[in-house]
Amino acid sequence: MALPELWFVIVAVLWTGFFFLEGFDFGVGMLARTLGSDEGERAQMLTAIGPVWDADEVWLVTGGIAIFAAFPAWYAALFPAAYLPLLLVIVAIVVRAVAIEYRSKRPGSAWRERWDTAVAVASLLLAFLFGVFWAGIVHGIPIDASGQFVGRSLLSFINPYSVLGGLTLLTFSLAHGATFLALKTAGPVQRKNEMWATRFDFVAGALMTAFAAWTYWSYSRGDAIALAVGILAVLGMLVALVANLRTRPLLAFWAHGVAIAAFVASMFVALYPNVLPSTLDPTASLTVEGAAASPYSLGVITVVAAVGLPMVIAYQAWSFWVFRKRITVEDARRSHYG
Amino acid sequence: MDDGLLVDLSRLQFATTTLYHYLFVPLTLGLAPYVALLETLHWRTGKDSYRRLARFFGSLLVINFAMGIVTGIVQEFQFGMNWSVFSRFVGDVFGAPLAMEGLLAFFLESTFLGLWLFGRDRLPRGVHVACIWIFTLGTWLSAYFIIVANSWMQHPVGYAMDPLTGYPVLNDIGAVLFQPFALWAYAHTVLGGLVAASVFVFAVAAYHLKRRQHVPEMRWAWRTAIAMGLIAAMGQTIVGDVLGVVVTDVQPMKIAAGEALWETEGPCASLGIVAIIDQEARENTWELSVPCLLSIVATNSVDGVVVGANELQAQYEERFGPGDYTPNVWIAFYAFRLMMGFGLIGAAWMLVAWWRTRKGRLPEGRVFWAISIWIVFTPWLGNMFGWIFTENARQPWVVYDMLLTRDAVSQISPTFLFISLPVFFLLYGAFAIVEFLLLKRYVIKGPPTDDEPMAGEPAQPRPAQVA
Ligand code: HDD
Ligand code: HEM
Ligand code: HEM
Repeated sequence: MALPELWFVIVAVLWTGFFFLEGFDFGVGMLARTLGSDEGERAQMLTAIGPVWDADEVWLVTGGIAIFAAFPAWYAALFPAAYLPLLLVIVAIVVRAVAIEYRSKRPGSAWRERWDTAVAVASLLLAFLFGVFWAGIVHGIPIDASGQFVGRSLLSFINPYSVLGGLTLLTFSLAHGATFLALKTAGPVQRKNEMWATRFDFVAGALMTAFAAWTYWSYSRGDAIALAVGILAVLGMLVALVANLRTRPLLAFWAHGVAIAAFVASMFVALYPNVLPSTLDPTASLTVEGAAASPYSLGVITVVAAVGLPMVIAYQAWSFWVFRKRITVEDARRSHYG
Repeated sequence: MDDGLLVDLSRLQFATTTLYHYLFVPLTLGLAPYVALLETLHWRTGKDSYRRLARFFGSLLVINFAMGIVTGIVQEFQFGMNWSVFSRFVGDVFGAPLAMEGLLAFFLESTFLGLWLFGRDRLPRGVHVACIWIFTLGTWLSAYFIIVANSWMQHPVGYAMDPLTGYPVLNDIGAVLFQPFALWAYAHTVLGGLVAASVFVFAVAAYHLKRRQHVPEMRWAWRTAIAMGLIAAMGQTIVGDVLGVVVTDVQPMKIAAGEALWETEGPCASLGIVAIIDQEARENTWELSVPCLLSIVATNSVDGVVVGANELQAQYEERFGPGDYTPNVWIAFYAFRLMMGFGLIGAAWMLVAWWRTRKGRLPEGRVFWAISIWIVFTPWLGNMFGWIFTENARQPWVVYDMLLTRDAVSQISPTFLFISLPVFFLLYGAFAIVEFLLLKRYVIKGPPTDDEPMAGEPAQPRPAQVA
């Protein structure tokens, strides 16, 4: 595999990491406000992601930087084209992160409830928008032969396919978040989430199936790999649904991992060899080869990734292991978010 | 026509959002090692006052850090959204330090912050203390990589021009990582963070000492802040002096503007203290200056010749064709002086404060305490004027001698900026207020008292309450 292809895969891996990890953070963000029946339960759910959500978000930062470093032309064409959707993303990121950290900085339920609502709305927006963003890329945007974007920023990313992508990621995040909470909390919150995880998995599985089918028929070249990743995405959701039905959240959690990896892979397989298809003129599409940085530069960041990524995975895994204990309402009250 | 507007708005947005990010950065850089030190002292000595101070300054650090993170993410997006031509142009070189920052620094700081915050009762004490040190390392590493990236824009090295595309292509990463400009600018920046954190701790201690609350702890904080602040400010001055020489070498126009030096002078060039500048006429209508000092500062010798802006402008026109290659001298000159003034006044006041409180005295004077508290804002101004000088006085270039700022912007509709600018102003304005009020609240609350159970610790058995 040549370096540009390798980095095409690494970009996919980083975004998979982001959706797999931050996916449950988004889910928990939405569920804390809606399923938590009082301040104690809401704090309990947020404490479950407390130690990790910030590191999970760094997968987004690196996913973005990887595009910049490995495919400067892709980054330069995509980000201005997505100016207004990304502005919305930025606002949601800022509000959400500040809200999670500041909610517990004052006692009193009015202050906390307001921030919790902000967390929920921002999480919902982000899960939806990132789905729209990536499905929108697969669908393609209007760029002309000179590589200049000629569409209207907000609308160019909105089409039925991308909206389906957004809804898929949104419901996936809810299912994943509920599963995570079923795994990480104890008491009434655990039981509520066990129940809701199944329901969300049902919806998310249906949407995932529709999205995989649409991607396969309309956007891929219909080859065996495209078929395989599409089927894997559906199977992953199916296993998760069954596992959650039988109250085995750990299995469901990993099955979600398989499903989301296949979801991202299905989009990247459909994209290849392009990175940004043009809806106006197929020859104007940006390709993996055409957008890639120089071999030397790719070599440098390959070494960085080869050293850095295993280390990141190792210490993040360690941190999950350190916080493996189920969180109770009492734990949350005594935690940093208490 | 429209293009000029687009460039101006994009510049305004980038400048305000970076400066806003830089409100939080210095305190994180300086306070992280201070809290790590407190944690270590508590671990080694078991003294409870260290624990209380660590918890107190730790909570202030975390409030600040949250804003540092999100405003940083915004900057990362903006390279692409507003400066796509720049991103396309420099991506091959600029991407490498950014990738290092993400993979080697950001993950480190965020993961180990989580471990430190929530791991108090999950980790052995020594491992828990190690976590905050690793977090500190992460913040210092991330500052290093971003300064490397910024320094490459100030002084491009380690590249060759691609004959086909006309873009710079990386060919020597070592040169990019270790060029003197980057190393000195890095030292200068982290010292600026230490100065800011020292003055912050100092002012917080002043608040409580004035009210005679938490006196033993706060006296300790006060003394250590003074020691740290004086050393850092001294280092800052020495490093700044070396940095000045490096900059004179690679960006003579920046120094000419920073000194409002129009005509080449030397040997024994004089340093302007105050000046009234006429940019149009390219001269100073009035100035007050010290003979020979500029030669000493810019070249480290009395005989040094310092090239003026007019001669440099002529050289630029010869190399790049007609155009205005002189930055705004008024801003450069005063930003430079305000950086030094605001940056060092805190340390100067610390000397006074040290003298007035020596041998355990606590003076009564209200003015003394008021100054000791309100001085807290000055290092932030110093740091910000430092960046304004660095960035504004390299104009009109975004990549020095290579890419003009006005050629670097995304070709988007200015309408987008009329939307995004107010969004940023409202959002950032509101959060600045929230953050400030929270910090204030936590400062006023002070360190936890003896029997107050603290978040993240097993509840301590309390002595029976006596009614
Ligand atoms: C000299 C220091 C310095 C400078 C000049 C900058 N930053 Fe910064 N940045 C940091 C020092 C730092 C830090 C100390 O590591 C932060 C700041 C406060 C914090 O909490 O972490 C951080 C956080 C931070 C984050 C969030 C990291 C995370 O999620 O953990 C991002 C994405 C950036 N920055 C990006 C940028 C960009 C694109 C900049 C250029 C315009 C920039 N920073 C200037
Ligand atoms: C007498 C003392 C000082 C001198 C001679 C000095 C010199 C300089 C110089 C020459 C630059 C420009 C570097 C460039 O163009 O890249 C600079 C930048 C800067 N200064 Fe100072 N400085 C001094 C004190 C301070 C203080 C006290 C602070 C803050 C507390 C400060 C904060 C900064 C910052 C944040 C920058 C921009 C970042 C950088 O390039 O390092 N400086 N300084
Ligand atoms: C380490 C990263 C950087 C830091 C800390 C930084 C800091 C700053 C600061 C403080 C200003 C305000 C100066 C002023 O208003 O006069 C500024 C302005 C600006 N910066 Fe940077 N910058 C960084 C990287 C970049 C990058 C990557 C670009 C690329 C596009 C850039 C382009 C600009 C532009 C165009 C302005 C407006 C200039 C002006 O109006 O004077 N900077 N930056």
